[in-house]
Order: sequence, then structure tokens, then C-alpha cells
Amino acid sequence: MKAYLTRRYWFSASHRLHNDELSEEENRSIYGKCNNPHGHGHNYALEVTVSGHVNPSTGMVCDLTELDSVVEREIIGCYGHEHLNALPQFEGVVPTSENLALQIFDILKRKFHAAHLERVKLDETSQNSFQFAGGRELR
Amino acid sequence: MIYLTRKCEFSASHYYHNPELSAEENRRLFGKCNNPNGHGHNYTLEVTVKGDIDPKSGFVVDLKDLKEILNREVIDAFDHRFLNREVPEFAAQIPTTENLAISIWQRLEPKLQVARLHRVRVYETVDLFVDYYGER
Repeated sequence: MKAYLTRRYWFSASHRLHNDELSEEENRSIYGKCNNPHGHGHNYALEVTVSGHVNPSTGMVCDLTELDSVVEREIIGCYGHEHLNALPQFEGVVPTSENLALQIFDILKRKFHAAHLERVKLDETSQNSFQFAGGRELR
Repeated sequence: MIYLTRKCEFSASHYYHNPELSAEENRRLFGKCNNPNGHGHNYTLEVTVKGDIDPKSGFVVDLKDLKEILNREVIDAFDHRFLNREVPEFAAQIPTTENLAISIWQRLEPKLQVARLHRVRVYETVDLFVDYYGER
């Protein structure tokens, strides 16, 4: 029996949307308020969905504490309470939630092996969310 | 094809224990959830059905019928129960959220006649849920 387990995590970070290769005017026109040089922050909600066959011995797709510890260490520990533009992984990359979601998927794909990573969903606000399933269509 | 989702809630208690493992292994594997006296959750269940719109009624399914099936097959059986002791399938299976989703699917699927079951989603907390699509 294959089931999909989703866990939601929270972290807060600041960013500024700005592309050095564009003029100040173009940046303001594309990014609007998000181009404020002082940056601004969000409470990001991150949903991680993993899938697999339910282990008859445990009744679980995977050990949740293992998923929690990987996300805590690799994602929250890395992005939480940081200014994303100052992180090396955003050098030359605009820290939009699209790019952040791609990075998070990539990190979890490499670090979490207890079940299959299906998708990540990143809510920047309660109105905007971004999902990435490794390039596959969403279910 | 159109999809309709109905949400409902139930509260129940459970604990995680595999009698084939030692007491120590159970504690290590399930942690706090291994407390034999159980603990509880307010579960939220979302049931999604799919089908074509009936041209006469404009419905994919009569919500009144769906609600009645949900109440009879799931809510009456699970709400305010100790799942391990009072729901037959959890005598031999651990009532994890995964197994709850599968059990709810198996209870509902044969009872739905008009629309077909697409997804069962069970929230154990607002930050943890399981989806089951009937995949074996």
C-alpha cells in the first residue's frame, strides 16, 4: 500500500529581489516593493511530501523523526533567520520563492533517503505558494 | 471529470505498538506514541471523489448521500474511540495516520456508487497529513 506523507515546517527569513545584471529602473519595474534595498521578510511554511509503501511492522512510510532531523539540520538550520541574499547559494541567484523551492527540493533529494521525495510546497504568504516536484507534473 | 472534496472531523485516541517487537524496540521506534494508555488527536478527514456532472442535478455526487456514508462508515466507527481497542482493523494493525487513511479508503470505496473515490487525506495535526489514492 503506497501512501504519501506530508509534514509542514516553518522558518522565517528576509530577502531582496534584485538582479545585478539589470538597471535600477528595470529592477524596480520587475520586482516593485520586493526590490527595497533594505530587504523584507516572510514566515515561510514548507510542506515536504514523501511517499513509499507502508511498512507493515511500523505502519509508517518512514520514521518521521528522521525526516524532521534532516529538515531541521539542512533547511531550517540553513535558511532560518537568515538574509537569503547573503547566503553563498544565492550568489548570482535571485532569492525568489521559486528558486528557494528548487534549492530545498535539491537538498532534500540528496540528504533524505528514508522514503521517496515527492514534492516541496513553499508558502511565502498565505496568498502565494510554490510547488516543485523535481520537474514532474503535480498529482 | 470533476473533483469534489468533503471535509469532516473526528477525535480519537491511539497508541503505537507492535507486539512482535520487544518493549525496548517499541519504545525506541515509537517514542512517546508507545504509551499504552494512549493519547488523542483531533483528526480532519478530507475525502475527494471524482466523476462526471449529472446533467439533471448538476451534481457529481449528492452531498447528502456522501455525508451519510462518511458518517456511517467512518465517523460513527472512529469518533471518540480508542482506535486500537474499538476499531476491528486496528486489532492487528498499528493505527498510524498511514493505516487510518488506508482503512478509511477501504471502508468508503465499496460504498460509493455514483462518484469514484479519488483521494483520502487524513490530518493528524495541522502540520502532518497522509494521502492515500488506493495504490497497492
